[in-house]
Amino acid sequence: MSPTPTPKPVDAVVVGMGLVGSIIAKALVDAGLKVVGLERGPMRDTVPDFLAPAIHDELKYSIRKALMIDAAKETFTFRNDVGQTALPMRRIEMFLPGNGVGGAAAHWNGLVFRFQESDFVLRSHLEQRYGAKFFDPALTIADWGVRYAELEPHYDRFDRLYGVTGKAGNLQGVRQPGGNPFEAPRSKEYPNPPMKELYAGKLFRTAAEQFGYQPFIGATANLTRTYTNSEGLTLQPCMYCGFCERYGCEHFAKGSPQTTILPVLRQKPNFELRPQSRVLRINVDRERRFATGVTYLDAAGRETVQSAPLVIVSAFGMNNVRLLLLSGIGKPYEPATDSGAVGRNFAYQTLSAATVFYDESVRINPFMAAGGTGTFIDEFGGQNFDHGPHGFVGGAFIGPLLTGGRPIEFHPVPPGTPRWGQSWKDAVQRHYNHTVNILCHGSSMPTRGNYLDLDPTYRDAWNQPLLRITFDFPKNDLKMSQFVTGKALEIANRMGGKLVAGGARQGPAVTTQYQSTHTTGGTIMGDDPSRTVVNRYLQSWDIPNVFVVGASNFVHNSSYTPTATVGALAFWAADALVGRYLKQPGALVPT
Amino acid sequence: MSGISKSGKGPAAPSRRVLIKAGGLGLASLAAPLSGITNAAPVSGPLQHPAYRFFTASEAAFIEAATARLIPGNAESPGAAEADVPIYIDRALAGAWGGGAGLYRSGPWQTGVPSQGYQLKLTPAELYRAAIGSIERELGRTGTAFATLAPKDQDAFLKKLEQGLLDLDGVPSNVFFDVLLQNTVEGFFSDPLYGGNSNMVGWKLVGFPGAYASWYDLVDKHGIDLSRRHPMAIAQEGTEATPSGSHMGR
Repeated sequence: MSPTPTPKPVDAVVVGMGLVGSIIAKALVDAGLKVVGLERGPMRDTVPDFLAPAIHDELKYSIRKALMIDAAKETFTFRNDVGQTALPMRRIEMFLPGNGVGGAAAHWNGLVFRFQESDFVLRSHLEQRYGAKFFDPALTIADWGVRYAELEPHYDRFDRLYGVTGKAGNLQGVRQPGGNPFEAPRSKEYPNPPMKELYAGKLFRTAAEQFGYQPFIGATANLTRTYTNSEGLTLQPCMYCGFCERYGCEHFAKGSPQTTILPVLRQKPNFELRPQSRVLRINVDRERRFATGVTYLDAAGRETVQSAPLVIVSAFGMNNVRLLLLSGIGKPYEPATDSGAVGRNFAYQTLSAATVFYDESVRINPFMAAGGTGTFIDEFGGQNFDHGPHGFVGGAFIGPLLTGGRPIEFHPVPPGTPRWGQSWKDAVQRHYNHTVNILCHGSSMPTRGNYLDLDPTYRDAWNQPLLRITFDFPKNDLKMSQFVTGKALEIANRMGGKLVAGGARQGPAVTTQYQSTHTTGGTIMGDDPSRTVVNRYLQSWDIPNVFVVGASNFVHNSSYTPTATVGALAFWAADALVGRYLKQPGALVPT
Repeated sequence: MSGISKSGKGPAAPSRRVLIKAGGLGLASLAAPLSGITNAAPVSGPLQHPAYRFFTASEAAFIEAATARLIPGNAESPGAAEADVPIYIDRALAGAWGGGAGLYRSGPWQTGVPSQGYQLKLTPAELYRAAIGSIERELGRTGTAFATLAPKDQDAFLKKLEQGLLDLDGVPSNVFFDVLLQNTVEGFFSDPLYGGNSNMVGWKLVGFPGAYASWYDLVDKHGIDLSRRHPMAIAQEGTEATPSGSHMGR
């Protein structure tokens, strides 16, 4: 093997070149720093990797998951609780760990929501509204240490970067018709108009309005017109091709690092992108006061040290947690003693559905869709309704999120249909083009028992311990799911179908079917260094020249999709880095 | 129409070289009756065998018969056989996926709980080989091969597999059945370049347009009847009047 390379020291190294890494790297580069971006996976770009017709391959991208990690080399272990032995996900079905430049934002479906004002102060909000004893004490809900009003300008920057489409429901406190009446106040309208409404959305809308609900078209980073973004890059209108999540976009019509920022970033002389560079650990000085850089494997597998006085950990939420644990940064959380912080407050998403089966005269044409095409109601999301009578916290947005009709994944049949044989085949033929799924996209509350740590037994192909997930749905969330699914079924029963089916989420949480990639928590933010991993600027309490940014910062997961909040946190952290940290390196919040 | 027909009639057998070339392109559905090509020992079964890369002749007979019950069909209403699902499964098992791509294969191995999913040591290729071998021995005890059973008896046996009532020499039969069913559905609905969904019969069954994906102009024509449109496979796109990826819509 050729000798190990020794790259020159730089001013900052960014671990992970996905949504967060690309935003923070660009901010540091614009501030004049010499930055290296390390990405474990391969280079990916619209040309040549996402071109039609090859990209429209359901087997390759949806089923074999070509843009995700290869479980043969690395996976996660899983158990529902400490009473079980965690076992590896030998096939990864439960979520989609992206791999490659662009990360998960290269192949996400684009749906965008902001969190509520109350989400960032959830504990205070709930205690004030319902009393301190209202929610289950096993739920480790806490305030985040940052307020929505502080993040609002950064949400707006994300919208403008990704070309988000939609109709505002609340502009500077004033309700706007056509948008989500419950959304947190926005300073500006969306940069692009909303997507077209699908037939499924229209059917839902008509029924939902009968209950007095206020449906709106989902905001999404699927573009509705030619748009030049805040970096001067031009995106194109979405073709509703039905190959969105799990796929790269051939039309330059999906907001992703590839379409919104990387082409500009890569031109900068003070930026270098190194794909196929797998970071093994963050290196810390002997007294464990500050990081000196990272050790990574280069494309040829040679162990290489990249020195830098600033390390940004932006490798996707769960990978952030794992990297800190592998590097010995911060105290690992231990549920038995309720001590430590790294790995605490892991949460997920609580999903359920109601399904409407229609007469053959109603042609849904599910294959005409984008990743974020949906019509939703938010009356039962977040903290939008009086939880007093119900005895749970959290909620769900509800509505048909049709993302395509790819038949290996989508061939709905009514309950009771055999899984194979002539009856199955007849039912698939009968119902494929005449079925609508109404999604309930529910929140996920943190508990003492749901957490992340390093597995004691199983290792990856590079001989590093796998991340162990200990998770089950808390009773609170199952109760919430019962309630919201009931609401969805009421609407479904008014949608003019011949049959309605569906039910709430049931425990235990399983790894065998896909639910969501919205895993959150593990490096949570807050004001208490003993119970959080990063301060409100997303700076490590333990090692001040390490910033950890992603959905791992979330203290809980709301009923809304997380991506825009991750984008807002990325811009928020970038500002703290450039405006505060670089001016005076050191702890930004006294410990 | 597929060149493989139950009647055995069709165009003259192509040369072996043409057949292998066709197989390499994934156009196995062009394979005409193979009177000039033999596999192992001759087998009974409704289909005349193309060149399987993974399955032995008797394994192929089981797979052809089993998949034909999972998704039944005939010339008028194509099912798994007409879609060449056995070829799809054969190619998958002979390739990287069959060899364990995408499967975490390190030990230790424990049974775990259902929420933890598949925990066997076996790659898909090993799983199929072990399971089918065990099934053949099981049925051999009563002196029958699966392919020779009457359809209702085949269904009864498949149901036993599905319910986990058989232990296939250490492989729970429902684990094998679930993989077989999943692969059958994949073989019925995936792009024809993988060897199945021949002539896009799976897509035609449901009305899925395939790799064609430019709906901007039609998405708000709610309920439009597109049932007479011909689906398009990846290998075909670009041969139509509209270039691939065009924004022109139709």
